[in-house]
Amino acid sequence: MAAKKKTKVVPLSVGDKTIPPEGAKMIPIYVMGKRYIIPETLTLMKAIEYVGYKYTRGCGCRGGICGACGTFYRFEGDYKLRTGLACQTVAEENMIIAQLPFFPSNRPNYDLENQKGTPHEELRALYPEVFKCVGCGTCTRTCPMDIDVMDYVALMKRGDLRGAAQKSFDCVMCGLCASRCPAQISQFTAAMYVRRVTGKKIFPKAEHLTNRVEEINTGKYAKMHKELAEKGKEELKELYVKREREPDMSEQGKWLPEDKENL
Amino acid sequence: MSGYGEEFQKLIEAVEASRPARVEMAKRGEAFPALTMTQREEWLGKYHPDYKDEGRRAVKVGPNEGQVFPEEVSELLESKSILSDLKIDLSKPDYETDLLVIGAGGAGTAAALAASDQGLKVLVSTKLRHGDSNTVMAEGGIQGADQEGDSPYFHYLDVIGGGHFTNDPALVGAMTNDAPIIIDWLERMGMMFDKFPDGRMKVRHGGGTSRKRMHSAGDMTGAEIMRVVRDEARNRTDTIDILEFSPAVELLTDDNGDVTGAVLYNLETKEYYVVRAKSVLISSGGFGRLHIQGFPTTNHYGATADGIIMAYRAGAALQDLDSTQYHPTGVVYPEQNVGLLITEKVRGLGAQLVNIDGEQFCFPLEPRDVESACVIRECLDIEKGIVTPTGRPGVWLDSPMIDILHGEGTVRKELPAKYIQFKRYGIDISKQPMLIYPTLHYQNGGIKIGADAATSVPGLFGAGEVAGGVHGRNRLMGNSLLDVLVFGRRAGLAAAEHAGKTKGDGKLTLGHVTEFEKSLKDAGIKKPTVGPIILPDYTPDHVKSRQWC
Ligand SMILES: Cc1cc2nc3c(=O)[nH]c(=O)nc-3n(C[C@H](O)[C@H](O)[C@H](O)COP(=O)(O)OP(=O)(O)OC[C@H]3O[C@@H](n4cnc5c(N)ncnc54)[C@H](O)[C@@H]3O)c2cc1C
Ligand code: SF4
Ligand code: SF4
Ligand code: FES
Repeated sequence: MAAKKKTKVVPLSVGDKTIPPEGAKMIPIYVMGKRYIIPETLTLMKAIEYVGYKYTRGCGCRGGICGACGTFYRFEGDYKLRTGLACQTVAEENMIIAQLPFFPSNRPNYDLENQKGTPHEELRALYPEVFKCVGCGTCTRTCPMDIDVMDYVALMKRGDLRGAAQKSFDCVMCGLCASRCPAQISQFTAAMYVRRVTGKKIFPKAEHLTNRVEEINTGKYAKMHKELAEKGKEELKELYVKREREPDMSEQGKWLPEDKENL
Repeated sequence: MSGYGEEFQKLIEAVEASRPARVEMAKRGEAFPALTMTQREEWLGKYHPDYKDEGRRAVKVGPNEGQVFPEEVSELLESKSILSDLKIDLSKPDYETDLLVIGAGGAGTAAALAASDQGLKVLVSTKLRHGDSNTVMAEGGIQGADQEGDSPYFHYLDVIGGGHFTNDPALVGAMTNDAPIIIDWLERMGMMFDKFPDGRMKVRHGGGTSRKRMHSAGDMTGAEIMRVVRDEARNRTDTIDILEFSPAVELLTDDNGDVTGAVLYNLETKEYYVVRAKSVLISSGGFGRLHIQGFPTTNHYGATADGIIMAYRAGAALQDLDSTQYHPTGVVYPEQNVGLLITEKVRGLGAQLVNIDGEQFCFPLEPRDVESACVIRECLDIEKGIVTPTGRPGVWLDSPMIDILHGEGTVRKELPAKYIQFKRYGIDISKQPMLIYPTLHYQNGGIKIGADAATSVPGLFGAGEVAGGVHGRNRLMGNSLLDVLVFGRRAGLAAAEHAGKTKGDGKLTLGHVTEFEKSLKDAGIKKPTVGPIILPDYTPDHVKSRQWC
């Protein structure tokens, strides 16, 4: 074959495509029950691509934060069911893997601006099933983010919504917990509601922010910007260089610059 | 157990051997000499992907004809439509809507909500799931001048200075003016910002800020923003309809060339849908997954420049798209961390870049682009890089120096997230160095827009990373999350205004595609690739060569 001649051939991986160098150790894995041989050290996601799949579902950020790639796996000969994010879990010998690209969850609509009851009452109305948790702990064992899901469910039941919001904060909404719950709870959608209601009604509002928005609505800053936009580059540079830097250790809400114009 | 194999352990010995001398030097306040201005230029020119002539070329057709872009971008700008060989019936739209949003990341979702507030019917087309995007990946924070000692005036100065005064002033004005409005909007939707007990926002400095105005939600600010806006969009089933796994593949125009709709493609059933819309917003994000010159990227799976390609065909002008942000220190090992960002802070704390022989080869705090060039040179030219088991080049970032210089425990205290991300794979970065290489991070330019997010084509709007101008040729951290929400919201409002003036009976044609493809022919482009590419292809060659279709 008339191969294209290049002066220097460096077999480097391009982008996310894996080109194992010679001598890489090869291991067997099972993708949905089918055996394939892959080089060691790949993530499950890259292993699945390496054997020839092209993702449509089951792949999003590739960085462990979007929750698109929830995966169940077992090792051959081991009864234990394990979970992970495909983009964050390293493939090991004799893993039997299946991703869960979608799982139906319960998510009733709500209008955060017009709720009559207390947040806890509203939670009960929206998600009565949360209060039927049997405390089996399966969700906690399932969560690939190591969140104590059962605990945040317990906090919700008890009415400690702030606690539940904080405990569930790292949730990537992969849905694995919901897929295993014997009480058929969609823990993570309930937690989403709880976090929003906490951010809105339980955390106090930032007063300085409200004030600033009022100032903006007077058109005050648009006017300043218009003046800045009319300045030449040199004049802008001068203003840029001259601007005062707030010290790293300044006390928030107390510090004011020398130059109080343009605030 | 160490996450580094035996071979790496041996290589690390060279780093350890030279470390005491390097630490002593650092303690004496001596540093590896920075490049001179002439060297800088030379190295940038030779090694930085943005400056190298190699790998870049002028685009031969369209509104930006003659302008030089990365090869991968130029090739796609000169691509032909997926639809050109297909019979497609445009006479009966499958959907009719006031606003069609293409791309449901932060910008698209903000637009959908703003338009819905104005009573518009919104159809959202998105490639993956709602929210699978770059927005969800942002960790650092979002800027907004809401403290008493700060104001949108100073935010403006910071942004335009950071962008080397190449930014579009109208866009900078719009963004910094609206910033507190956006933060307030997120707060009212229940975003869990980091706050003091009395409700005051906790804010920090970022690179190039004169005031502390970086707001955060833990170290997953983007994810929290995305969760909240998506949840609110899902509450609006009466006005917002979301089509997942149904990316747009082409815009539709009327006889005047005004945009009147789009063709979507269902990735699962492979059928197309025709959409008629009074306004169309492109908010499809960046282009990291083009892997310009083979670089790894921090971007999500769907960042393939689709929106730019479609808009360009319809006649929308582009701005600054030749300017790309490469972050010098992206992880190349272990494989599961590839592309992951290592912040500048690590070098700020004293960690040095070291080659396979344990030698330092550049000043650790050169500007981002220069630092990237140094690393590329060391690996590909001098060949003193390290190659990982999956075939990636890289150099050492000697993080253990940090604890030696600043005291035991500094790494864990100052870099908790990174420490854990490596610890998970058996690597203790306070004791062992990291392997890094530059990574493709952010698309600085994009579709040219005005302060109302309108493009040069009537009926077509653009917002978010897909648009250019607001950051000029250099973006400061924390202004991108802000940009996408500000212009997303503005696009929604402008679309509402536009809808009031449009009947919504626009003719649906592919006239602009026919015309564009004629210009390809005229320019002598015989075998254009097909674009947009929708998803990157990571099938390895040993499989590809045996695939049937
Ligand atoms: C790792 C990382 C860290 C970052 N950290 C920060 C930070 O700390 N602060 C900051 O301000 N910025 C940060 N950024 C930048 C910022 O997150 C992004 O620039 C911004 O979120 C982009 O938002 P967007 O809505 O324009 O695009 P995206 O959020 O990427 O959304 C675009 C959407 O469009 C979809 N799409 C693409 N093509 C099509 C098509 N043909 N049809 C339909 N849909 C399509 C995509 O799948 C995606 O869902 C970071 C970026 C990354 C990658
Ligand atoms: S709580 Fe449930 S949805 Fe959230 S990350 Fe854990 S398993 Fe996934
Ligand atoms: S799996 Fe369901 S029932 Fe079991 S602890 Fe979790 S929420 Fe409760
Ligand atoms: S792909 Fe997003 S978490 Fe794995």
